[in-house]
Parts: sequence; C-alpha cells; structure tokens
Amino acid sequence: MSDERGTPLVEMNHMNVSFGGVHAVEDVSVDLYPGEVVAIVGGNGAGKTTLIRCLSGAHPGESGEIKINGQAVAITNPIEAMGFGVETIYQTLALADNIDAPSNMFLGRELMTRWGTLDDKAMEQATREVMGRLNPRFLNFRVPVKSLSGGQRQSVAIARAVHFNAKILIMDEPTAALGPAETEQVRELIRQLKAEGIGIFLISHDIHDVFDMADRISVMAQGKLVGTVIKDEVTKDDVLTMIIAGRMPGEVDGDLDLH
Amino acid sequence: MSTTSEEAKQERRSSSKLLQSLDIDTRLLGMLGLLVVIWILFHILSGGTFLTPRNLWNLSVQTASVAVMATGMVLVIVTRNIDLSVGAIVGVVGMLIAIAQTGWLADWLGLGHPAIWILAVALALVAGTFVGWIQGLIIAYVGVPSFIVTLGGLLVWRGIAWWFNGGQTVAPLDPTFQLLGGGSRGSIGAGWSWFIAALAVIGISFSLVNSRRQRRRFGFKLRPLWADTAIGAVGTAVVLGGVFFLNRYYLPVSVAMEVAEEKGLEWPPEGLEISRGIAIPVLILIGVTLLMGFIATRRRFGRYVFALGGNPDAAELGGINTKRTLVKVFALMGLLAGVSAVIGTARLNAGVTSLGTLQELYVIAAAVIGGTSLAGGVGTIPGAVLGALVMQSLQSGMVLLGVDAPLQDIVVGVVLVAAVAVDSYYRRRAET
Repeated sequence: MSDERGTPLVEMNHMNVSFGGVHAVEDVSVDLYPGEVVAIVGGNGAGKTTLIRCLSGAHPGESGEIKINGQAVAITNPIEAMGFGVETIYQTLALADNIDAPSNMFLGRELMTRWGTLDDKAMEQATREVMGRLNPRFLNFRVPVKSLSGGQRQSVAIARAVHFNAKILIMDEPTAALGPAETEQVRELIRQLKAEGIGIFLISHDIHDVFDMADRISVMAQGKLVGTVIKDEVTKDDVLTMIIAGRMPGEVDGDLDLH
Repeated sequence: MSTTSEEAKQERRSSSKLLQSLDIDTRLLGMLGLLVVIWILFHILSGGTFLTPRNLWNLSVQTASVAVMATGMVLVIVTRNIDLSVGAIVGVVGMLIAIAQTGWLADWLGLGHPAIWILAVALALVAGTFVGWIQGLIIAYVGVPSFIVTLGGLLVWRGIAWWFNGGQTVAPLDPTFQLLGGGSRGSIGAGWSWFIAALAVIGISFSLVNSRRQRRRFGFKLRPLWADTAIGAVGTAVVLGGVFFLNRYYLPVSVAMEVAEEKGLEWPPEGLEISRGIAIPVLILIGVTLLMGFIATRRRFGRYVFALGGNPDAAELGGINTKRTLVKVFALMGLLAGVSAVIGTARLNAGVTSLGTLQELYVIAAAVIGGTSLAGGVGTIPGAVLGALVMQSLQSGMVLLGVDAPLQDIVVGVVLVAAVAVDSYYRRRAET
C-alpha cells in the first residue's frame, strides 16, 4: 500500500489453501503495518480463519508467500510462528480450563528453575505484572480458569500474547463470547496494544467492532479477497455490500448480471 | 426455617473460604476424614481387631500393588484415556521375570547369584514400559481409542502370559527377590523405619519452610503461621504414629530365631520381639508416590498432561507435542505395572498366569475414588493412593468381620458409585 509507511510488518501474497479440492482460500493477498489494525471480514465460510491460520502456523498454506519485516519466512507450526513474534488469540480462547492463569499464560513456554522443575512462583509473578497493566481488576491467579468470566479468560489469552512480546497479534473473534462491558474492556485493550506499535489482524463478524477499531478492512467472500479499503473512506453499508455481493462499492454490477 | 438454612449456607461459605485461604486441598482432606471414619467403624465392629499393628501392617502391604498402578492411572485418566490392560501387563511381566530367574538367568549366572534379583527387576521395568509404549504408539499415532487398544491388550497380554509356561506355576523364586514382596523377612526393621520417619519429618518441615520463603520472595500472601505449624504437626504425628505402629508388629518366633542366630544373638527364654517395621513394597509405594507426585506437579511433562486433558486443542496450539506426551503417559503406566508385577510375584513367591486378574478395575476405581475425573483434566497422585487405601481398608475390614466374598464385592461396587456421586455433587456446587 502506501510507500511512506516503510516496510510492512506482514505481507501475505497470493495465499492458497484447499481442503479436498475445495478452495478455502484462493489467491489472497493482505498486509499489515506496525500500530495498525487490519480487520478481515466476510460471511461464514469466507476463508478468514483459514487464511489467518497460515500465519499462526496452525494450518500452513499450500502456496503463497509470507513476509515478515520484508523477509520471506516459512511457518509450519505454532512454535515457529511464535518465534517470529506472531501470537494468536483464538475464537475458542484456546485455554486449558483446568489449570490456572499463570499455567495457561506460559503453556508450552514454561519458566523453569535451575533444577529443571516448573518455576510456578516466577510464572505467577510475571502474570501478576502483565495483568497489572492490562486488567488490574484481575485477582484470581491460583484458580482454574474455568471459574473465570469470559472477559477475564480473554484477558488471560491477551496477556499471553503481550508477555511474549507479540509484534503481530491475530485476534479471531475476540469479543464473540463476551457481554457488552467485557467487550468494551477488550476494545480498550486492543487500543492500548495498538498504541504500543503492535500490528493486529482482527477477524470479526461484528461490523461495529470492525468500525470501532480497524484502520483498514479486507473483505473476503468465498475464499477470495473482494478488496481492501481504508475505514475512513467507506461506510458500513459499503462494507456490507462487499460482504454480501462480493464486489467493491461503486463498482458497476459486475459478473453477477453479465449474462 | 429459611433463616437457619441461610445461616447454614453462610457458615458453609465462610468455612470453605477459610479452607481456601489456607490453600488446603479440601477433597484430600475429605478422603482422609472418610478413611478415619472407616477405620474407627471397623475397629468398633470387629471388637478391636482392626487398628492393630498386625492388621495395619498387612493393610499397607496389600495396598501397595494397586496403589502403585493407581498413581499412573491418574495421568492416563487425566488425558481423557483409560488403560484396561494393566492387570494383564502385571500377569505377563510377572510370568516373564519368574521364568527368567528360575530359568535362563539361573542357568547363566548360577542359582542364587546375587545379581539375579536386580536383573529380574530391571527386566520387569523394561518389559512393562515396552508394552505400555507399544499401546501408547497405537493410541496416539494410529488413532485407535485407548479403550479398544487396552481392551485388546488385556486379552493379548493375558494370553501371552499363559503361553510362556503353558499356564503352569513357576516357583520358587530368588530369595532376595522375594523380599520385595514383603514376606516374613521383607521389612526393613525398627531402626531403618525410624530413619525413614526422620527423613519424612525433615522433608515435611523443609517443604513448608521453603514454600513460605518462596512466597515471601515474590511478595505473595502467606498462609498464617499457625496453619503451617498445624499442618507440620499433623504430618509429623501421622508419620511417627504410623512407624510406631508398624514397629509394634513382630516377626513370628521361627523367623525371629533365624534372625537371632544370624546375628549371633542369645535366644532368651521369654522369646525375642523383633520389629518388622515398614515393609519393602510399602517403601516402594512411598518412593513411587513421591516421584509421581513430583512428575505430575513439578515437571513440564506433568503440566502438559493436565493441559492436554483440559483442552487438547489449546495444548496443541500452545506448541505441545500432544502425541508424544500421550505415548509417554502410557509407557509410564506400563512401567508402573512392571513395578506392580515385581511386588505381586515376589509376594506370591511364584509366577502365576492369573496374577493381576481384575486388578485393572481396582486400579481405575482407586483413581476415581481418589478424585480423578473421567471427563479428564482433574486428579491427584496422593488422592489415588488414598483411594487405593480406602478400598483395601473396606475389603480387609470386611474380611475381619467375616463378610461373604460376594457381599464384599457388592459393598465395594456401591462405595465406588457413591464416592463418584458425592464428588460430582460437590464439584457442581463448587462451580455455581
């Protein structure tokens, strides 16, 4: 996009993913700059989540190129993605319900003592520090996360990304399971992260969420990219048209009634 | 009426809050309470024969085999799996090591060679681990449900145990090996028992002090000093009382005479009371419990096992190799079945095809009575050992009372279902 912003944090060029002959993602290109929120929107089965799983390492793409800070990279699993500073907050929250917040925050990347045992106290300490910044009302550090509210669980997931110095954050429907107050809490968090220069891919169904937080909006339909627009230059109706009709606003009725 | 029930609710809340602030496992506390009630009840009903050194010593030895495996079954069930083959693994491994020490090990080293028991134990551990590993590979990588793989295993391993020796009993075994089963000579005596007790007391004190120091270092809230002192005092009392009791059970006269002769002691006319102390299989159980508790709560592997049981997807997305973790869990279960095979075979002083029959059910029941949830993700090692002790206490108590075997089974079955019913009731209440 605009050259004066320098190198994009992430470029995904011509990505393709298919499941047994069905093209879930077909020749899609998106990019993301530091401190920017790019929303990826589209109806069910539009391929949003599949596209983003290529970047998070959960499901590597078949073809296409991913560049991080201008460097082409290969991401084949979640650990590699994390190594490039990509942290993901999944729709399902991806927390283990039966263990506490610090254990979840460090899951797969535990702090160890020099005896090779888990350093639970240090992990609790680090969790308290991050939470003090993100959500000072969070106090239940030693109970299974099952007993926490949706918003608190979401802040555990976000804390994980923040603690490990995410440069690129992927949020898959971060407010889908939350009530209004908790949604506001998460939006506030996103603004905070954005101000810290983190680039965020926001996947959402919720057009209000998108207009509230995104800088640019990439619309997908049936596995293809309809187009990417700058939020301030479009209306909600424009975006809805893109989602439903699968064409750019103002574009003359295209292939739909050619025949 | 309604006000009193309100008050009761208040009361309940404040007392559970107190327990919570003390950071004490209430479920474990409840299990201990249940055990105390069962013991006192049997003691009264049997006219004072239950809480005797002799009975408690036997109880401790009888619990060992099932409890050792229950510690591994906790991890298996926590990962939302099950292992029905452990009894059969005990059978096949027991037969294998019996044949080895009477047959080719004896041929190779000479009968009664001091290395025979060590090699037999090593063989048991390797063979058990191998069997568990194979089953784990099929479960994790081929994707066959553990229920089916281990149900098949139950039939296969039991069949192979029969094949080894055409169903015939193999006996007698190496004399040193026999000690591992806790027979008449298989205890460590009074002195060593007190030594173990002293170690345990030091361990309890150290872990309490260390936990306070760690919490202070990070500025977390400390448990009140009186609570830590009380926990330490109760722990110390249980350890010392237990060893005192076990030391009060003496060797039978014939064995005592043998020992006296070996040590060159004069045999006094009024006889000699030589303490048995802690039995070797119980010592093995203590070691296994500590080690498994350490693995489950202090090691990365244990954390992954619980995360995997709580949410397999989250574990996977966190970068955990869930398949490899699962294989390790089943291999560990096999290893513990190997340990149990050693204890069982040594105790019988024979390799028999039927060793461990139906034990898988007792092992699973012990884990479940001990608070392991079949839905996965929840369970503790000490809970499972207590569960095994509760079940064995029920059985040996009923034997003392002369209850018929079929009725014994009925009682154990009812207790199993009741324990899980009560547990799930409290779990649901805790969630609301």
